[in-house]
Amino acid sequence: MKGDIELFNKIEAYLKGEMSPTEHAEFDELRKNNPELDHQVVAHHNFVSQLTEYGSRHQLKADMEDIHSQLDIAAIESEVVPNTVQVKKMWGKYRFDLAIAASVAILAVLSTLLSTGFFASDKNTSNYSALRREINSLKRSQNALIQNINDKPAHGPTNPGQFGGTGFALTANGYVVTNYHVIEGADSVYIQNSAGESYKVKTVYADPVYDLALLQITDSAFKPFNSVPYSIKKNTSDLGEEIYTVGFPKDDIVFSKGSLSSKTGYDGDTTAYQIDMNVNPGNSGGPLFDNRGNVVGVIKGKQLKYDGAAFAIKSGFLLKALEAIPQDSLTEKLTLSKKNSLTGLSRVEQVKKMRDYIFIVKVY
Amino acid sequence: MGYILAVYGINIQNVVKTSVPADNEIIIGILNGSQQTLNQLYKAYFPMILQFVLTNSGDADDAKDVFQEAVIVLYNKVKSGNFELSSKLKTFIYSVSRRLWLKRLSQKSKNTGNIKDFEEILPVEHDLEQHEIKDRQYQLMEQSLEMLGEPCKTIIEDFYLKNSSMQDICEKFGYTNSDNAKTQKYKCLQRLKKLFFQGKM
Repeated sequence: MKGDIELFNKIEAYLKGEMSPTEHAEFDELRKNNPELDHQVVAHHNFVSQLTEYGSRHQLKADMEDIHSQLDIAAIESEVVPNTVQVKKMWGKYRFDLAIAASVAILAVLSTLLSTGFFASDKNTSNYSALRREINSLKRSQNALIQNINDKPAHGPTNPGQFGGTGFALTANGYVVTNYHVIEGADSVYIQNSAGESYKVKTVYADPVYDLALLQITDSAFKPFNSVPYSIKKNTSDLGEEIYTVGFPKDDIVFSKGSLSSKTGYDGDTTAYQIDMNVNPGNSGGPLFDNRGNVVGVIKGKQLKYDGAAFAIKSGFLLKALEAIPQDSLTEKLTLSKKNSLTGLSRVEQVKKMRDYIFIVKVY
Repeated sequence: MGYILAVYGINIQNVVKTSVPADNEIIIGILNGSQQTLNQLYKAYFPMILQFVLTNSGDADDAKDVFQEAVIVLYNKVKSGNFELSSKLKTFIYSVSRRLWLKRLSQKSKNTGNIKDFEEILPVEHDLEQHEIKDRQYQLMEQSLEMLGEPCKTIIEDFYLKNSSMQDICEKFGYTNSDNAKTQKYKCLQRLKKLFFQGKM
């Protein structure tokens, strides 16, 4: 034990260079001849250097902690990281809380609305639909095919147009009535009769309030009618009156019948009737006839979700709208037919006679 | 997302506003054990690492740990004499910190897929392997010293780390002569060695 300590002290003195030159030389000699001693020296040296390495690292860490504690980390942080990242961090941290809060809020609102019967009442929901027809591309291609097979009309576009509605002749010289919403925003408007003849028309008058539009056939190919077989009724019709319409919910003329069910239209609209009739997109602007062949209204829309609740503008308001047109703005005189040649005919005969005066209105 | 990226884009320009000391001055300072150098180094490059760690799902404490470890890697490399100034000191610190942070992220099994970088990167795998070996030894030594207990721990630290003379140690611990102190020191060191090499097994 004592020898060990002495040797150990010698080794330390040797490694630290605390030996005198002669002692050092002696020890060197000893190391050379004694491999065991040499090994001990090297092992001790390595261990002590590991120890000092530990020490210097320990010191370095302490020094850095010291420096770090002097820094204003928050200031560096705000300088180095833009606010958006802070926001992002907040978002990352709180998004679940936010999501839960939002869901609770939505749930609360919905359940309140539900419990107060907000959804139960139809009054406030918009379930009125104007009946102009959107013609999709499929129909267009089909139609193009049909028209290739059949004789092409002498002129006018074969394209079925973007929207379609119905219109009917008002006078023999080529004034036609339809709904304003049918021709609204139109680039150009054509009408086509059930025989497939199509004419260019221009809009001479539009009345968004009554939802009416007056078109005039400007096509040179158009030959004026002898006379229009029906007349327009001034007075309002009565409830329960049997009525019918012919229109173009598809590319061919379609007849539908029903009865007058209310003297007010959608949401209490006094300018319109409610009619119990199956009408479809494309029927808009079509004439509504009574049994005697009088025009009593113009089909304009229907209530969604309710079967057989459609609406037509009262013919009285059509006449009012026509009166409002300044006569000098028209190139040709607007003389309404006073004579009704359909009275007394069977319905089939009536339709046969009037069908040439009903047009599909094609809007581009 | 595009907006956030754009913000990062702007940000690269205002990374380090602190005046940066010349690399070779720092190297000389490290070799001389200069406190001032450490201070300069710390203030010049810590913001860069703080930015990197904060934008890659870490906090300021993570940044501190990572940066200090990177400085230790740098010191070891410089002191062992194989630090070549072929690349910028800044790039070296960034690359080491980046690797260290990626490793921590993967240990926390956090997403490491999209790391947002602010600097170019050096291959530092070798340095980090060296560092890991040294790190294990460091921790082992720390543990061993803790297990050694007093007064041995302080005697060893005073003599080997603080380079106190045997005379001072004698007085501090009240040994009657320096031979007693030397005997005590010898015993302490033998125990420390035993603890250290046992731990290594």
